[in-house]
Amino acid sequence: MKALVYINTNHFAAKASFEAVTYAKKLGGEVTVITYGNAAGAEALGAYGANKVLVDSSINEADNQQITRLVANAVEATGAEVVIFSHDLVAKAVAPRLSVRLKAGLISGAIALPETGNGFNCKVNVFSGKAFGNVAVKTAVKIISLLPNSIQPENVGGTATVEAFNGNVGAAAIKVMDTKKPEGSIPLPEADLVVSAGRGLKGPENWGIVEDLANVLGAATACSRPVADIGWRPHHEHVGQTGVAIRPNLYIAAGISGAIQHLAGVNGSKVIVVINSDSEAPFFKAADYGIVGDAFEVLPKLTEALKNFKNAN
Amino acid sequence: MNILVCISKSPDTTSKIAFTDGNTKFDENGVQYIVNPYDEWYALVRALELKETIGGNVTIITVGNVGDESIIRKALAIGADNAVRIDAEPTDAFFVAAQIAEYAKKNNFDLVLTGKETINYNGSQVAGMVAEFLDVPFASQASKLDVNGTTLTLEQEIVGGLQIVEVSTPAVVSCAKGMAEQRIPNMRGIMAARTKPLEVIAPSAVDVYTSFESYSLPDAKKACKMIDPSNMAELVDLLHNEAKVI
Repeated sequence: MKALVYINTNHFAAKASFEAVTYAKKLGGEVTVITYGNAAGAEALGAYGANKVLVDSSINEADNQQITRLVANAVEATGAEVVIFSHDLVAKAVAPRLSVRLKAGLISGAIALPETGNGFNCKVNVFSGKAFGNVAVKTAVKIISLLPNSIQPENVGGTATVEAFNGNVGAAAIKVMDTKKPEGSIPLPEADLVVSAGRGLKGPENWGIVEDLANVLGAATACSRPVADIGWRPHHEHVGQTGVAIRPNLYIAAGISGAIQHLAGVNGSKVIVVINSDSEAPFFKAADYGIVGDAFEVLPKLTEALKNFKNAN
Repeated sequence: MNILVCISKSPDTTSKIAFTDGNTKFDENGVQYIVNPYDEWYALVRALELKETIGGNVTIITVGNVGDESIIRKALAIGADNAVRIDAEPTDAFFVAAQIAEYAKKNNFDLVLTGKETINYNGSQVAGMVAEFLDVPFASQASKLDVNGTTLTLEQEIVGGLQIVEVSTPAVVSCAKGMAEQRIPNMRGIMAARTKPLEVIAPSAVDVYTSFESYSLPDAKKACKMIDPSNMAELVDLLHNEAKVI
């Protein structure tokens, strides 16, 4: 199937972008990437299977109406049968609009390649990660928004040709007044490794031991809801039902009891390590590895053991 | 300001998730339905706060059958002025969005609010679809919303950060944490909700684009392997050699 992949500008080296292009490549047809703005580095997506990158230079700011028109026009120009997004904040705004504009069924939160033997079905996460659904799409053009960390990117070598594309995007309706990006930190939804802590840490001044461990691992930091609500940590670090849902390879939780609402945000993690002084904490039931102990003693020991491991390897 | 708030029902956050009829239907046995938390805590409450400061009307709309009137009454008890129920099974997001957009078009709303997603389907689809049907701007996952005349000032999450944006009404906004605080309905609100207007409208014909054919549950977790807190080298070894995540 011919596929069109939407990639955010400046995301040409992001793992989520490699996953989306790999996914498109596995559909077996020609793969075209549509993007906008500065396309420096976009040819590298060829290594994951993109044949061609189309770049529109008329969009300045991310306005979902403009991006929707851009992708719709690219679908028409390429004759794509499937449109792939990485399920991030842009996709959550653009993919539904595109579904209406193209009269194309949308599969939101896909976690696997489609099955095309009998129709077109795809597995998605539902009930906040507590179950999976098998969605059938009945329209000629299909839109798939792929959850990060669902497939392994495959570097097959090669470069893509980069071409200018006039997206006919029209005027922007959203005026951007200010943008705030925290410096240097790893965005939580994209992180492979996450170290998280809760009220068991007793106060924001004790987060140093969490950050030390995260630094040694190269992990992002996260927290439970109470910790964000009382202002110990910023809201964007809150993982759980009402915060961010993440699917890292490794999730280490210290001083978090593991209420069902917290689990809803982390149950897609491949491996869960729980550190808690209460051996009855419900989180141990969802964990792969558990340590009953004081986080203030266990975290520095784990950091030390990881340093030794990194030095030896 | 004339505000339409879209609400959906979802199972209580502590519900046990199970399926029946050969894993094709959600097992509603013993499940308590609530107003989807994002719709209630953030979209509805912020709409009421705006009405309290600048005046106007808050209408709530849901697509569902007669059994869903309990969540409508809850939303009315919290303070919405009137309600609309599109009398149909909410088969997929496209169907729901088409019904809501049809009603919104006829009734000239300045602002359509939704939660950022439902906690059962997690699709984040309806709000963007309604915006496209209405051909109006859409601010996705806003954590703040202020109104000055016909200008909305919003704070929204973007990939790896935050953005402050301005859009003109009419617009669609999906609401995330930070927008407002949960409100518990009081007795007067609950009494008043019984007599507030609830209009039931027949659905319009819409093509079906997607359908859930079946469901499955994750494999049961293996028992948690307990590790001595003094032996973190063992944990590192297991993460490297057994789990292969570092």
